[in-house]
Amino acid sequence: MLSGKAIVKDFKKNKLIYLMVLPVIIYLILFCYKPMYGIIIAFQRFRPGLGIERSPWVGLNNFVRFFKDIYFWRVVKNTFTISFLNILFTFPAPILLALLLNEVQCSWFKRTVQTVTYLPHFIAMVVVCGLINQFCRSDGLINDVIAFFGGERANLLIKTEMFYPIYIISGIWKEIGWSSIIYLATLAGIDQEQYEAAKIDGAGRIQQMRYITLPGLMPTISMLLILKMGQVLNIGMEKILLLYHEMTYEVADVISTYVYRKGLIDADYSYSTAIGLFNSIVNIVFLVGANKISKKLGQSGLF
Amino acid sequence: MRNRKKKKKSVEDIILDVIIYSILILLAIVTFYPMWYVVVASFSSGSYIISQEILLWPGDFNLEAYKLTFRHPLLVKSFGNSLMVLALGLPINIVLTVLAGYFMSSTTKVYWKKPIIYMILFTMFFNGGLVPNYLNVKDLRIFNTIWALVLPGALSVYNANICKTAMEAIPYSLHESAYLDGASDLKVLFKIVLPLMKPTMAVLLLYYGVAHWNAWFNASIYIRDEQKLPAQNILRAVLLENTTLAESAGDSYNAYAEAMQYAAIVIITVPIVCVYPFLQKHFAKGVMIGAVKG
Repeated sequence: MLSGKAIVKDFKKNKLIYLMVLPVIIYLILFCYKPMYGIIIAFQRFRPGLGIERSPWVGLNNFVRFFKDIYFWRVVKNTFTISFLNILFTFPAPILLALLLNEVQCSWFKRTVQTVTYLPHFIAMVVVCGLINQFCRSDGLINDVIAFFGGERANLLIKTEMFYPIYIISGIWKEIGWSSIIYLATLAGIDQEQYEAAKIDGAGRIQQMRYITLPGLMPTISMLLILKMGQVLNIGMEKILLLYHEMTYEVADVISTYVYRKGLIDADYSYSTAIGLFNSIVNIVFLVGANKISKKLGQSGLF
Repeated sequence: MRNRKKKKKSVEDIILDVIIYSILILLAIVTFYPMWYVVVASFSSGSYIISQEILLWPGDFNLEAYKLTFRHPLLVKSFGNSLMVLALGLPINIVLTVLAGYFMSSTTKVYWKKPIIYMILFTMFFNGGLVPNYLNVKDLRIFNTIWALVLPGALSVYNANICKTAMEAIPYSLHESAYLDGASDLKVLFKIVLPLMKPTMAVLLLYYGVAHWNAWFNASIYIRDEQKLPAQNILRAVLLENTTLAESAGDSYNAYAEAMQYAAIVIITVPIVCVYPFLQKHFAKGVMIGAVKG
């Protein structure tokens, strides 16, 4: 510990550095830490008119209410399902793309594929979902194809069984290229001599892929996978808000969208904050857990 | 991989190449077609879009949809609002990010350094959540103003980490000689550090710029006044909530209502596509730096 005098001296000596970080601190207090203080309304029956100071306290009532909520299992289940499907399909897609691109020797072809597949990452979510909406309409592109093969036309976005395929496929479409960058960068770092040695030993390209390229990617894959695991309950709401529909709530309503509807549509502030807090805490538990596992496996952790 | 070319290809190699190239070509087409469809549809008339099963090339090529879109008062206003968010937001983003990055990368011994760094990093893992943030914006009296779109989220700690990593890569001897010459930290930052990290600044500008340009959620909860909405929100109303652009209900509007939707998409996406090639070469670097933890 430093004495008071030393602290004053430290301030005087490093005045400029403190002054330079001051805007950041002010910003964080106003827009990050002040809302964190606002979380205490999760333990109140908050009324905007009364404010945080005078609203009545209700202890853990809001949390108990959430666990008893008829939609509790629905939103938890949907959140886990979407996360699981993401890990199963969206996560491996860019790895496959990187492996394929790595086998391409023709550099202009490689560059073209990269340019095209990176582009959707920058297209606005509103635009992507607007296009999904257009293409899935009963007179849209996808239905044209279905009708061509003799299927029946229907609005795909209001069918519960179509929600996950639409969500996952459009997610892959948007991010496959961008997510592959990190794997391609890792591949560029693999020692070329390994391939030479393998060739002398008579290994074919598939074998080289299996025994050199894939193991070379493994540390990156496991690090990113663990990070993903740490976020299983952290499904972004933007895309779902744009795509879901009362008819698909059954499969599409996740914790974050429920927080949104309860909080901002129904103005049930305290209840929504309680659900959000529950979600954040579970997220942190998962993240810390994933980090522990990562360190146990000899990977460098996140923190 | 260059070395592999020298050898003559075996049959196995050729088959493998055919498979790999076909998959990639298919992927490129599937990825590209929706974007192409939008461009083609924006130059076509409504009846042509409906009459065609697969759009490959504009039919009845015309610029009518663009003319009507640019004449639509609300759309034009919303583009202006989006530009305004960029103009106000980007300088604030960059200043906060650079200052946070510089503090985190600085090697000067400062007593409160660790607590401040933890204070910055903690916000990555925990935040107030939807309702507390919403009430905060109301509390700060920036509700229904452009500041509600600019200030919340003005500092991305993720980007500050990218900035910090780039700053740490600059040899310390450069700082040292500047300090010896009596330069202050502010001078070191502006005269030595920033000029050496222009590529990183480009990546940061891209990240923040795209985030602002594509954002819609905050405006949907913080902005009540239709005239103040950014372009993405108008686009959302048009594309997803079936609000028709043809409010004035003229015949020309109706005939081009669908093409106008696509024209609006093109207009709002073109700025991003324009900066994209210039920044593409920095992507890999930015992503790699971002992946390395703080």
